[in-house]
Amino acid sequence: MKLEEKKWELRLYVAGKTPKSVAAFTNLKKYCEEHLQGQYRIEVIDLLENPQLAEGDQILAIPTLVRKVPEPIRKIIGDLSNEEKVLVGLNIIPV
Amino acid sequence: MSKQKINSKPSAASPLLAKSPTGITGLDQITGGGIPQGRPTLICGDAGSGKTLMSVEFIVRGALQYGEPGVIMAFEERADELATNVASLGFDLEKLQAEKKIRVDHVHIERSEIEETGEYDLDGLFIRLGHAIDSIGAKRVVLDTIENLFSGLSNQNILRSELRRLFHWLKDKGVTAIITGERGEGKLTRQGLEEYVSDCVILLDHRVVNQISTRRLRIIKYRGTLHGTNEYPFLIDEEGISVLPVTSLKLEKPVGSKRIPSGIKAMDEMMGGQGFYRGASVLVSGTAGTGKTSIAAYFANETCKNGERCLYFAFEESPQQIIRNMRSIDLHLEKHVKSGLLKFQSARPTLYGLEMHLVAIHKEIKKFKPSVIVLDPITNLITVGSMGEVKNMLIRLIDFLQEEQITVMFTALALNTNVTEQTDEGVSSLVDTWLLVRDIEFNGERNRGMYIMKSRGMKHSNQVREFVISDTGLDLVEVYLGPDGVLTGSAREAQRIQEETGEAIRNYAVTRKDREIVRKRKVLESKIASLNSEFESVEDELNKVYEEEELRKEVMNKNREVVTRIRRGEKLDNTPKKTSKK
Repeated sequence: MKLEEKKWELRLYVAGKTPKSVAAFTNLKKYCEEHLQGQYRIEVIDLLENPQLAEGDQILAIPTLVRKVPEPIRKIIGDLSNEEKVLVGLNIIPV
Repeated sequence: MSKQKINSKPSAASPLLAKSPTGITGLDQITGGGIPQGRPTLICGDAGSGKTLMSVEFIVRGALQYGEPGVIMAFEERADELATNVASLGFDLEKLQAEKKIRVDHVHIERSEIEETGEYDLDGLFIRLGHAIDSIGAKRVVLDTIENLFSGLSNQNILRSELRRLFHWLKDKGVTAIITGERGEGKLTRQGLEEYVSDCVILLDHRVVNQISTRRLRIIKYRGTLHGTNEYPFLIDEEGISVLPVTSLKLEKPVGSKRIPSGIKAMDEMMGGQGFYRGASVLVSGTAGTGKTSIAAYFANETCKNGERCLYFAFEESPQQIIRNMRSIDLHLEKHVKSGLLKFQSARPTLYGLEMHLVAIHKEIKKFKPSVIVLDPITNLITVGSMGEVKNMLIRLIDFLQEEQITVMFTALALNTNVTEQTDEGVSSLVDTWLLVRDIEFNGERNRGMYIMKSRGMKHSNQVREFVISDTGLDLVEVYLGPDGVLTGSAREAQRIQEETGEAIRNYAVTRKDREIVRKRKVLESKIASLNSEFESVEDELNKVYEEEELRKEVMNKNREVVTRIRRGEKLDNTPKKTSKK
């Protein structure tokens, strides 16, 4: 894992300020700060404001975290409460 | 029975339950106007049963015919794949999308790409669907196949509650929705979608019997309305789906007393000189090679000659074959084909099941609008169904044709020579006119005899006629009924020649007698003449005697006078004269 070479682009899709969305964002922020300090960017998309964006990333569930970069695209749905699952899912730590 | 109800009150149901017409031929008839408006309908069936096509057709027809834009949310196929798949039905999804009449949204779910952690809901799907609906003002929605969610997401509890919410949400949106679902073991859908969609459930089925597949459709449930409960066969072809509603079994069809000529004059004469009734069903049955197809072709030809349309379903021969064969009896069908009055529809019976044949026939008739159709021969349909099934199909066909006032001619091959006891395909009781062509084997040759077994509602000849097929066409010849029985073919010819000879001899004898009479008369006349002259001579003789007598008497008188005068002493001045006279 050569984290320093990679730039992480993460997108979090939410629909309004629901408890689940808030929890997901909080959790994500925490993990990124711990593992990817300075190398990540989180974009939060509120589908209530921009519903047309849902189609592009094939969003079904809310909240959904999409790892745009690095490839391949990965998706994690849910409130991201399980840290290990999130980190494995994002390929931040090996399985 | 259910059909009857639908027919009688399609509009009466609408105030109770608004319906959204699907535009699919026949389906609206069965459902009495369409699927429930503003509610979800479940279409379930096995793989390949036509769920996607039916739902896409619902959207496309809605957009084109009813001005209701629609959204297709495809969980299985990509938008371009879907467009290609339905292009074969003549639907141009891309054009419709460009015109904002429909919208296709492909929902891609890949289990390997998705991790689940913690609580979530399907708001994303709702938002997407809502956005799609709002962007084109959709009134119709198709979710095909929403069950794919179950393979992509593992949390069943969340999914189930979200689905329930989705269907409520769709109802609140007021869109008419179709949800498709794969059929599961022992239940309608694998995931039990029928629990959520309770208004209308349509089951599609694809069954193979005797290696022939038939698609069928059944409405399992339709809350709040009457509907046909039978299984209805349906057909998918280049024009989409056509469902065949089983025609009503009421016997309340209009009847006319107009006639339609059969094309064979002598045959018309056997039926009071005018031919069949219009809208009647005619069965021509007979053993192999008796000319059934020729009779049918003549009928078709006659119809076209009168400027009417004829649809010819050939189950045995190709159109070219029929045209060529008919040319040999001086029947030229190709000109009618060219002028568009005659249309051949050739298909092997095994191409599809009986019901499909019926649907295909229905479709062709609706399209071509003929006044006469020919089915040649119906016997071949046995290969795809049992006798009972064929009969059932034909009942429905005849029923439909009578409603449309179309005259139909069936030909049937009688395998048994003992035809009178056999009811051909069981339809003989259904048809109005039954012509029987049979072989008469006699005197070392085979001839064709034809008679009218029955002809409802008209006077018809009870005679067996000889049916002659020659280079110049078909004709019916009266068979010779003589002391030796019925004679046909060369025996009939021989008998005719014999009769002609007899006639000639008789004629000769008569003329000889005539001459003799003339001669006799001449002889007699001459005799009379001689007798007459004899009589005249005798008369003359008699007259002469009589005159002499008179003369003598006169002379004597004179003499006496003279003598008397002499005695008186008178001068005899005339005496010398008188004496000299004497």
